[in-house]
Amino acid sequence: MRGKWKLWLIGFVGFILALLWLTPFYLMLVNAFKMKRDIFADTLGLPETWTFENFRQAYEQLDFLRTLFNSLLISGVSVVIIIIFSAMAAYALSRNKSKISSLLFFVFVAAMLIPFQSVMIPLVAQFGQFGMLNKAGLIFMYLGFGCSLSIFLYHGTLKGIPLSLDEAAKIDGANRFQVFWYIIFPLLKPMSITVGILNVIWIWNDYLLPSLVIGGAGSETIPLKLFFFFGQYTKQWHLALAGLTLSIIPVIIAYFFAQRQIIKGIADGAVK
Amino acid sequence: MRNRDAAYWLFLTPVLAALILVVIVPLIYGFYYSFTDWNGLGTPDFIGLKNYMDLFTDKGFLDTFWFTIKFSVAAIVVINIIGLSLALIVTSKLKSSNILRTVFFMPNLIGGLILGFIWQFIFIKVFGAIGDLTGIEAFNGWLSTTDTGFWGLIILTSWQMAGYIMIIYIAYLQAVPEDLIEAAKIDGANSFQRFRHITFPLVAPAFTVSLFLTLSHSFKIYDQNLSLTNGAPYNSTEMVAMNIVRSAFTENDMAYAQAKAVIFFIIVAVVSLTQVYINKKREVEL
Repeated sequence: MRGKWKLWLIGFVGFILALLWLTPFYLMLVNAFKMKRDIFADTLGLPETWTFENFRQAYEQLDFLRTLFNSLLISGVSVVIIIIFSAMAAYALSRNKSKISSLLFFVFVAAMLIPFQSVMIPLVAQFGQFGMLNKAGLIFMYLGFGCSLSIFLYHGTLKGIPLSLDEAAKIDGANRFQVFWYIIFPLLKPMSITVGILNVIWIWNDYLLPSLVIGGAGSETIPLKLFFFFGQYTKQWHLALAGLTLSIIPVIIAYFFAQRQIIKGIADGAVK
Repeated sequence: MRNRDAAYWLFLTPVLAALILVVIVPLIYGFYYSFTDWNGLGTPDFIGLKNYMDLFTDKGFLDTFWFTIKFSVAAIVVINIIGLSLALIVTSKLKSSNILRTVFFMPNLIGGLILGFIWQFIFIKVFGAIGDLTGIEAFNGWLSTTDTGFWGLIILTSWQMAGYIMIIYIAYLQAVPEDLIEAAKIDGANSFQRFRHITFPLVAPAFTVSLFLTLSHSFKIYDQNLSLTNGAPYNSTEMVAMNIVRSAFTENDMAYAQAKAVIFFIIVAVVSLTQVYINKKREVEL
């Protein structure tokens, strides 16, 4: 009987905490539907009159479809490139057991310790010199910053894939690339999902790097556009909150459909 | 695959090219620039250790540094306590476990920039409204002083990161064998004793991972700092990452900013390596 009471108490505490966790989202959402004066009159309650006008304005000001498309394009292409090239590299490093391979693997792992701020200044200067401060340059940079962790994760999985598979395929006449693409890469799928999730969360939300690399109007990603938008409407909370709500919607939709994989991916990525 | 294989190098070329051009070359150039008077344009002149000497007498930078250290220590403690508590709640066989886990983890998916803006609204408008409603003075004027800025940042990052740390603790908690707990129960161990002598030692490796992650994350924080306080009031809530960005791209003091960045790199690397080393050693001893 005591156990049951305790479980009930834990459940109750959990429920209260969950409400507390959701409160910021609730406050953002209800105030995004209020008229400007209602926010000042009553911040905590529901709107007196629900208005979609804030959303319409925010949608226009954020140039939402184009901004969303930029974010999708940059995150999508970067993640696909990171997945394929990191898997290839990890495959080469795990199948070739030489001093060079161990050294290269060590370099990739060690690169994870380097904080972005310590390379950012020369990076931007050098890419600027070669006219590469654009979307293509940004995607290439994401490969450089993202490959270390990805190679590390793939390397761990590849150790568990028996070499006899490679050899059997080779006897059947497959070349190196075919072995990788048709035999190994499909087996890495669960890890590819993890690598994809970890990288997409990071790249989708990244602000600092794109703010230094892509300045041009029309090519901004969501965080970038939102930063300018927020600066413009800093005292106009009804618009700012509608903009914030809009920009969170794609993430919430993705989370709704893939929360199991996302949480599993995060756990795998952090624990290894 | 042999080294001479064209395939070996072909497989490695894309990531090697990216790592070298994006990380390694800028890192080396960064070291070099930090000993010069480079301003982003033209040829840099070598000035030896001057940038580094200036750093140690730069009160603005030292204050920033001290603020970052205080923030990191507080963040590590708060985030780990909350994260572990959430994990214990979620793993205690509740019917609502899944929903709770989903909710607690949610802030983590959204970028620090957006979360910072949401909390700016809460601290300024909502706290203000609560203060007016209840007459409690402590709710007024958040983010307008250094202390409220500090705790604002702690609340924001804890809310965001506790769910992440929770996931790590859950992974280890679920690996604790059920029969071990049952056996201890039969032997008459109460729930605190079971936690202290069975769960805790088995979950110890999770502390390695979590402390390491929270430390490096809090020390390097930028987005949240930018969107919540932007250093206000008077740069007193500015952290190292933001200080480097500002001195490089607002003040155009590239070489000086790079010297800060080198110090930043050394500290992050040393702290990370030490932490891994200490925790590895402790794990072996257990």
